[in-house]
Amino acid sequence: MDNKKIKINEWPRHGIQALWAALTNSHVSGFVTGKIYTGKLKNVCVPGLNCYSCPGATGACPIGSFQAVIGSWNFKMAYYIVGFLIFIGALLGRLVCGFLCPFGLIQDLLNKIPFPKKIRTFRGDKLLRKLKYVILLVFVVLMPLFVVDIMGQGSPYFCKLICPAGTLEGGLPLVLLNKSMRSAVGWLYVWKNTILVITIILSIIIYRPFCKYICPLGAFYSVFNKVSVFRYRVDAEKCVHCGKCAKACQMEVNPVENPNSLECIRCGRCKKICPTQAIQCGTKRK
Amino acid sequence: MKKLTETKWTGVVLAGAGILMIIFGIYRGEMSVVFTKAVNICMECIGIG
Repeated sequence: MDNKKIKINEWPRHGIQALWAALTNSHVSGFVTGKIYTGKLKNVCVPGLNCYSCPGATGACPIGSFQAVIGSWNFKMAYYIVGFLIFIGALLGRLVCGFLCPFGLIQDLLNKIPFPKKIRTFRGDKLLRKLKYVILLVFVVLMPLFVVDIMGQGSPYFCKLICPAGTLEGGLPLVLLNKSMRSAVGWLYVWKNTILVITIILSIIIYRPFCKYICPLGAFYSVFNKVSVFRYRVDAEKCVHCGKCAKACQMEVNPVENPNSLECIRCGRCKKICPTQAIQCGTKRK
Repeated sequence: MKKLTETKWTGVVLAGAGILMIIFGIYRGEMSVVFTKAVNICMECIGIG
């Protein structure tokens, strides 16, 4: 297989991602006043990872909301949020990651920055992909449920200790815009910014490192990739086994072997590169 | 197991179950917890609290 760089026009997808990010972060005045949106739309979750403390956010982050509900003293199960995630996952699977996640878009754009040695995969890559499931279980479910204060309330530990999206979308603009918050900055803020800087640097070198190894939302949606209504399929009669699709995939999936892999974010690169149009997507099974 | 992944009805049934869970969650009052959290600055999320 030759090592020539594959050129695929991804700007139509990035356009959809940007449009969705703009739509779900349309409280523009928040970026000037340093105040977040407090309207009724915040009752509803957005499908992607989008911090609700982002000054522009008009919806609620599903991961933050889930931890808030199960960490509250009166609820220990979040039917509203889990139902929402199952609904979206069952219809689209990880298409959300590819098209409707603002933090995914940020990583996509960061990866376009030239770097002498981009890393596609490395030893332990496959094992490290499992980390996101551990993070989902430990930081999003178990810790908010069981590491509680005297009132029986748990903190949103994933948001507090890990989430770089919250730091980028909420932490940085709010601290820059509010003097009182600047004075409250401490070790946690430094820690979260360190994670953000590491995520940004890694995103330039590796394609979507946060989605591959850390994101609990992607971990949840991935379970639905094999059963979702929208899916990918490969026409075995048309496939010439040229290997172009596997080479084009930045999530390191081989669509011919597993068109609905847990790691597939349904970006459509494989579909675009296929010389025989053997890869199709939609609701059809065969 | 393979049969479940071969039919689109698995996804449809799961989506339906998701809708029922959403309705049950709203009925239990979970939406107000989400709203309260989302309209106040989440100090943990931004790295302050």
